[in-house]
Amino acid sequence: MAVTLTIDGHEVTVPKGTTILEAAKTIGQEVPHYCYHPGMSSPAMCRLCLVEIEGAPKPMPGCVTTVMDGQVVHTQSDNAKANRKGVLEFYLVNHPLDCPICDMSGECNLQDYVHAEGRDSGRSREPKRVFGRDDFGGDVLFYGDRCVMCTRCVRFMSEVEQDARLTVVDRGNRSVIDTFFEEGLDGTNWHGNIVDICPVGALVSKDFLHKARAWDLDHTPSICTSCSQGCNIDLHTRDNLIQRLKPRENLDVNGWWMCDHGRENYEWINRGDRIEAPLVRDGNGGSQAVDWKPALGALLGKAEGAGSVKAVASSSASNEDLGLLRALVEELGGGDTVYRSARADDEIVLKGFPSLARRKDLAANTAGADLIGLERAGNDDATGGLESVASHDGVLVVLGDALEDQDADFGKNAGLYVFLGSHESEAATHAHFVLPVTTFAEQEGTFTNVAGRVQRFWPGLDAPGMARPAWLILGALVAELTETDGPRSAAEAFNALATGVPAFSGMSYDDIGTRGAVVNEPVSLSGD
Amino acid sequence: MAYPYVSDKEVRILSKHFGDPKQRQIDTYVERGGYKSLEKALAMGPDDIVEVVKASGLRGRGGAGFPTGIKWSFMPKEATKPHYLVCNADESEPGTFKDRELIRWDPHQLIEGCLIGAHAIRAQHVYIYCRGEFFETTQVLARALEDAYAKGYVGENILGSGHTIDVTVHAGAGAYICGEETGLMNSLEGRRGEPRIKPPFPAAVGAFGKPSTINNVETLCAIPHIVQNGGEWYRQYGTEKSPGTKLFCVSGHVNKPGNYELPLGFPLIELIEDVCGGMKDGNALKAVIPGGSSVPLINAEEARACKLDYEGCVEVGTMLGCASVIVMDETADIVKQVRRMVDFYAHESCGQCTPCREGTSWTAQILRRIESGKGTEDDLDTLMEMTQNMVGTTICVLSDSVAAPVQSSIEKFRDEYLALIRRGERVGAA
Repeated sequence: MAVTLTIDGHEVTVPKGTTILEAAKTIGQEVPHYCYHPGMSSPAMCRLCLVEIEGAPKPMPGCVTTVMDGQVVHTQSDNAKANRKGVLEFYLVNHPLDCPICDMSGECNLQDYVHAEGRDSGRSREPKRVFGRDDFGGDVLFYGDRCVMCTRCVRFMSEVEQDARLTVVDRGNRSVIDTFFEEGLDGTNWHGNIVDICPVGALVSKDFLHKARAWDLDHTPSICTSCSQGCNIDLHTRDNLIQRLKPRENLDVNGWWMCDHGRENYEWINRGDRIEAPLVRDGNGGSQAVDWKPALGALLGKAEGAGSVKAVASSSASNEDLGLLRALVEELGGGDTVYRSARADDEIVLKGFPSLARRKDLAANTAGADLIGLERAGNDDATGGLESVASHDGVLVVLGDALEDQDADFGKNAGLYVFLGSHESEAATHAHFVLPVTTFAEQEGTFTNVAGRVQRFWPGLDAPGMARPAWLILGALVAELTETDGPRSAAEAFNALATGVPAFSGMSYDDIGTRGAVVNEPVSLSGD
Repeated sequence: MAYPYVSDKEVRILSKHFGDPKQRQIDTYVERGGYKSLEKALAMGPDDIVEVVKASGLRGRGGAGFPTGIKWSFMPKEATKPHYLVCNADESEPGTFKDRELIRWDPHQLIEGCLIGAHAIRAQHVYIYCRGEFFETTQVLARALEDAYAKGYVGENILGSGHTIDVTVHAGAGAYICGEETGLMNSLEGRRGEPRIKPPFPAAVGAFGKPSTINNVETLCAIPHIVQNGGEWYRQYGTEKSPGTKLFCVSGHVNKPGNYELPLGFPLIELIEDVCGGMKDGNALKAVIPGGSSVPLINAEEARACKLDYEGCVEVGTMLGCASVIVMDETADIVKQVRRMVDFYAHESCGQCTPCREGTSWTAQILRRIESGKGTEDDLDTLMEMTQNMVGTTICVLSDSVAAPVQSSIEKFRDEYLALIRRGERVGAA
């Protein structure tokens, strides 16, 4: 059932049951609000979203008032604006206005709304209420004085994570968010989200505390690589370093949320101990940096007649990387390609959004690896399973797996051992060629998540030194061997995959867009 | 003379036995005709009772004055879910002390009213939510309820009628906001005492998510009399639009403060000068708050023109509320009185809605500063405009209740504010 109403002079048709606040979004009109969040219940208590409805005796909260046929709503009328101005003044009576030292500054809804519609100057001359600061446990610090009492955090913990660790203590103007006794947020798995949904700087991340100003951060759409859920995220970067990870809304995957494990998983990208140039090794500890062309030329020369192929890949490498690895293995005469991935004992489900969980499989692209034809090997802690590979005497290719459980003897019998990685490894001691590749944060590409959704990510960081995306390196080798043109972009690499791998057939890189697209066959992770 | 003070102007129906401790005993109550209305009501159909109450024109005595019969008629006709009748005995409005007296002196009258009300709305369970501070009152009621259970007036198969109605007395924890009907339901359910957004209204989604009706103590106490004597009988008292009698709680500078049951429409000035024995010490009348601290105060001139019914109070710019008449004489310091009221509301705001949470305490802060002689004339403009932002912008009307005394006092007694601001002079000493 559709309902047609008028909002700010525009006729809008929306499904029955839609709130005025959501209906206004369809004409691009944001109604300021704090307590409303589309992923939780609406207490209608912030009183900022009050709109004027013709015929209603008083202003109505847009977040809970549902649309009615023929309704005439004004969100920008003098009355609506005057109300917001009045409410915003109330918000500032006790707000410390410590924006210069507040992490939220620059992305703060109180700042934005007051700048847009608030009074030029405050009228309160009274001493301000002081709550001070509290450590809520986990990654969360609470600055009580900045709180606008929207209770989003309380509702997230009780309705979404469903582990009610926060509450409102006391009443009236003494109301304050607090934890129960000393329990705090320690041990919860999704509490980072309360920092995201706090509309002001009351809840801040300890990890991000005073690290960067919001306006200095670049945002790049990406995919979390911490498990096979494939949460949509943004990389927030500054000075070519990731400063923090934030969830990016995608109702088909992660809603508005991401888990704390994923949120913490970025320091390795910033670490700096990267392989920056192609290295040619002599097997006796000698290692020489060379340019790409001679490196690849020498590699192909050595590959000729080197025997059968075995390859090990990381299941967090992109679909494009894995696709071209398979192509290279084929061109070199064919052989087994395996991946290893860590499996947790249990999923950690976000109870209030149960399609989201920290999945058992802790790699970003295990489903992609399966679909592309790689075999799972090793244990559930991503070790072992490489005995026949380690002693293989033909061609050995390693992509992205740092082989942390392997020793320096790995690959010492190989006729040709190529190690493509971002970081050095003891297991690469006998590699003939060590080729620097980019991380997911430095390249474009796609991952296939646990539900078979192919999702794109974009580069937010510059690659160190001469590191290149693996698909580009592998594609160049395949091109030489087949005397064709290699892929010049991740899009071309993916589209080639769509031609060669049935599960991806008919898909196109452009169509995947920022929301992802589901492969055309059912997906189940091998070994599950 | 009996019960602290009585007047021959009174029409004592609900308060007939005030001052007589025997009335609490179930045998006395029954001897004097008690529980006869219940018997009569149980033999009637629920809708017939609603019709009688509609005909009586009885209006809710909790403050809003909504017609009780119409309120009852909003309840679903088919009891597909449990229905609840909730009696609001969380009497906390400053200046109000009628429900406490009704329960203390005549608990069975309330229990009987509750049972009839429950039958009328097809409820099998009544919750009487008593104010947390009403220790004695709650005990009296609980004891009376025990007796009523023992005699078969409450519980299973009441008086062999086949009807089952249980009654639970529940004590609050002491919060003004739990007197707001949806805040009360939250508190009853064990949640924070915070008013709910309406709609949904209680008749659709009330206590425990079930259709519920919430009535004030005094409203329910009137029910047995109306059922016994009929709607027309009730209409012989009061006015066309405000029928019946009403308990007036008079406090302040009068010689005989107390509860007086008078027909609605009674002149305020006669209440003060005749019923209450005139102003204390012969002082001049300065101001009256006729309906409890939530309503605008009126000056002496307006008080002289005020008729005490729902319409009459509106005519002079105030409200009847719960008919809690606070009388102030010339010695009253209006700024201090208003500040004390605002302090109360700031303390009792539940804190959900921003205009109330921040506005009540900010208002109190400004008034305190004015009282201390550090106010400015700009403060008065700020108060007028800022409190206006608290009217109609929140879930319940607690913040409106702050605007009423502040705005009306600044309008009517601006001189007193200015005397403090300009010269540091206080009026009166009370």
